[in-house]
Amino acid sequence: MNLVFRLAWRNLWRHPRRTWLTTGAMMFSNMLLVFMISLQFGMYGLMIDNTLQAFTGHLQIQAPGFIDDKKMRQTVANILPLAESLRAEFSEQNIAARATGFALISSEDRSYGIAVFGVEPDYEPGVSTLPGLLSEGRYLGDSEAAEIIIGAALARNLRVELGDELTLLGSGRDGSFAAAVANIVGIFDSGIVDFDRSITEVPLGFFQDVFYMDGSGHHVVINAGSIDGVEELQARVSAVLPVDQELVVHDWDALQPGLQQAIKADMSSAFFMYGILVILVAFSVLNTQLMSVLERTHEFGIVMSLGLTPGRLGRLVLLETSIMGVLGLVLGAVLGGLFTYWFNINGFAYPGMDEMAAKFNLPARFYPQVSTLSLLAGPVVVFIFTVLAALYPALKLHKLHPVEAMRAV
Amino acid sequence: MHMFGILLRLAWRNLWRNHRRTLIMLLAIVLGTWAMIFMTALMRGMVSQMVADGISVLPGHVQVHHPDYRDDPSIANLISISDEELSEWFGSSADFSAWATRIRVPAVITSEYESRGVTLLGVDPLQERDLTFVDYDAVEGRFLESADDNGIVIGRKLATTLNTKVGKRIVLMSQDPENEIADRGFRVVGLFDANVQAYEEAYVFAGKTTTQKMLRVGDQVSELVVLGDDFRDVEAEYNKTVELIDGRAEVKRWIELDAYLGTMLSVMDGFVLVWIIVIFLALSFGLVNTLVMAVFERVREIGLMLALGMRPINILGQIIVESLLLLAIGLAIGTALAWAAVQPMKDGVDLSMVGEGMEMWGMSSVLYPELLLSDVILANVVVLVLGFLASLSPAWRAAQYEPIEAITKV
Repeated sequence: MNLVFRLAWRNLWRHPRRTWLTTGAMMFSNMLLVFMISLQFGMYGLMIDNTLQAFTGHLQIQAPGFIDDKKMRQTVANILPLAESLRAEFSEQNIAARATGFALISSEDRSYGIAVFGVEPDYEPGVSTLPGLLSEGRYLGDSEAAEIIIGAALARNLRVELGDELTLLGSGRDGSFAAAVANIVGIFDSGIVDFDRSITEVPLGFFQDVFYMDGSGHHVVINAGSIDGVEELQARVSAVLPVDQELVVHDWDALQPGLQQAIKADMSSAFFMYGILVILVAFSVLNTQLMSVLERTHEFGIVMSLGLTPGRLGRLVLLETSIMGVLGLVLGAVLGGLFTYWFNINGFAYPGMDEMAAKFNLPARFYPQVSTLSLLAGPVVVFIFTVLAALYPALKLHKLHPVEAMRAV
Repeated sequence: MHMFGILLRLAWRNLWRNHRRTLIMLLAIVLGTWAMIFMTALMRGMVSQMVADGISVLPGHVQVHHPDYRDDPSIANLISISDEELSEWFGSSADFSAWATRIRVPAVITSEYESRGVTLLGVDPLQERDLTFVDYDAVEGRFLESADDNGIVIGRKLATTLNTKVGKRIVLMSQDPENEIADRGFRVVGLFDANVQAYEEAYVFAGKTTTQKMLRVGDQVSELVVLGDDFRDVEAEYNKTVELIDGRAEVKRWIELDAYLGTMLSVMDGFVLVWIIVIFLALSFGLVNTLVMAVFERVREIGLMLALGMRPINILGQIIVESLLLLAIGLAIGTALAWAAVQPMKDGVDLSMVGEGMEMWGMSSVLYPELLLSDVILANVVVLVLGFLASLSPAWRAAQYEPIEAITKV
């Protein structure tokens, strides 16, 4: 084995330029793959986390059908005791109850139709980033108080300030007319105008009074921190739900179906590109190895007439390719890792990325993380295809006739 | 010229001396070219569709608003431009496919069960036909018939949420400029379907005159929109509109109104170039390698040609012509294949499997690839130019051989 290895190694360096060019092709695509995959998967992770932690949570307990229709009547009865018992059961998770409705919100000069969420002031900060985005005032306090927090863009449009009163007009759970006056105690600024203009929050107790909820709400949000283990948690939560009413537990994929699919759509186009890249490298290797076999026809003829079998010669060619492949893999992964690491420290941005990023709850500058998966996935695939590409020249050796081969120039 | 003819023939024959090597390289170039152009066509199709969809809701390539309307899209910020003035101005010009004025304000829609926040569009259905994303003929029930139609058309999804249907009544609430609540009962006359479901929940259509009456705004409107022929070039429409408005209101191109869509277009241009270059780089290693080999195995022959009086520059030329010939053949086949691959997809590729994801990116779930001549040219030119540069080094080496040394080399 040692001898074969030495032979293979020396054969490679008979044409250093050629070997480096072929290895260079592998290194180039490996570097690119490491960087792209790190960037891509990092982005997906952030996209999921930021989107879910902003408001949706990882799991929600709702009445059946609420997820599609979002009707006021599709309620979870006795929602506060339910949330309380869940908090006792799953002390590690952040859990909060919410109710949601629509209202025409009016200031002195303006009116806007907008979604109103009734939240538990004590627990909401655990399931949503919104309380952390307050630019003025404070978050909701007392669960019964007539208080409201609104977005900065909405405040501007309504021409109101902290401390002003807003009138809420809507329809209650039973379809009756619901009206109330609430004080603005806080203004949040998420930086995304549409979001700021689409959500307002009031304390859950106050919400229940105004909209005649009779102790009910619309969903219990569970923020599990990350999407790992959500499935198991979902099963455990389902198991402890009260039996006296029909309830369902939805996971984040059901709550935000677009998210998973956006990632899938992006992934499929990315994998198409990676595939092309890998195949191009394989062609390059195939060409090199074929040439290196052809130019050694004479030499192979001699060693075969001395008794070396085509099978062993084929293994020699494969070994040569593997050495090149390993070289490309290691150098590519290391350089790709360093390249990515540089961006990890300095951040990666692309002109126009900030507008696109904001749409997906992503920061405008991105810091890709190198992981074992992103470091090895691409290079290993390239390596496999490299060796596969060398099979053709290696198998060609079986057709070689020693005498004819020796006569070849 | 005569010399070039000889070089071309030499190069051509040299290429086929080792046909296997040439074929493999050719295959790689064909695949690379195919991938460049095909992928670009898919991406272009996606972005165009996205922009077209986006504009169909925005909508309009050029829009005129009250200067404060964009930050505060409410009833307080209206413009007054009469339709008579507009039809006089635009009517004679055939360049403009459509224009419309409309009321566009936030409102609350209430059925006996539910209420929702929506954007109320007070429109003149005759002006809107080419502008809106709603297909009049596909509406369940009917679309509005005139600007003073008393009915309302809402999205199918919204109708489900509100528990209402064609023939039922709903109440629309908004405000008038004095901040008095303005409300009115409407009969639902039609339900529309949109290719992006969010639109079905977000927009409701009522007659323009009816809406103006309800909101007590006289004949003022929220916006004037003008649609051109091509969303990529709206300058003619823009200039003509600016001339008409003459400082009375704010005139904007769609790119300025939707930063996301606008940047998507330019990001796309950058991406196409990056993609082409990446593919080329992956190819270039193989290309240079092939040339190095071709030069290496012909050292003696090159020496002989030099000794017989061929000038080094011609050796250089021969290698470069060989490389460009190889690239040109590969490009031609690759381009043809990409064109052929796009043909069966002309009528759209259904991506509804990831439909909601596409919606999140702002696209509809049917993809129409778009093969742009400019992208094909870009890909071909980039490959030829960079291919020329890549082959300089091996060609240069070949031209530098000393005839005597080269001939005696084994």
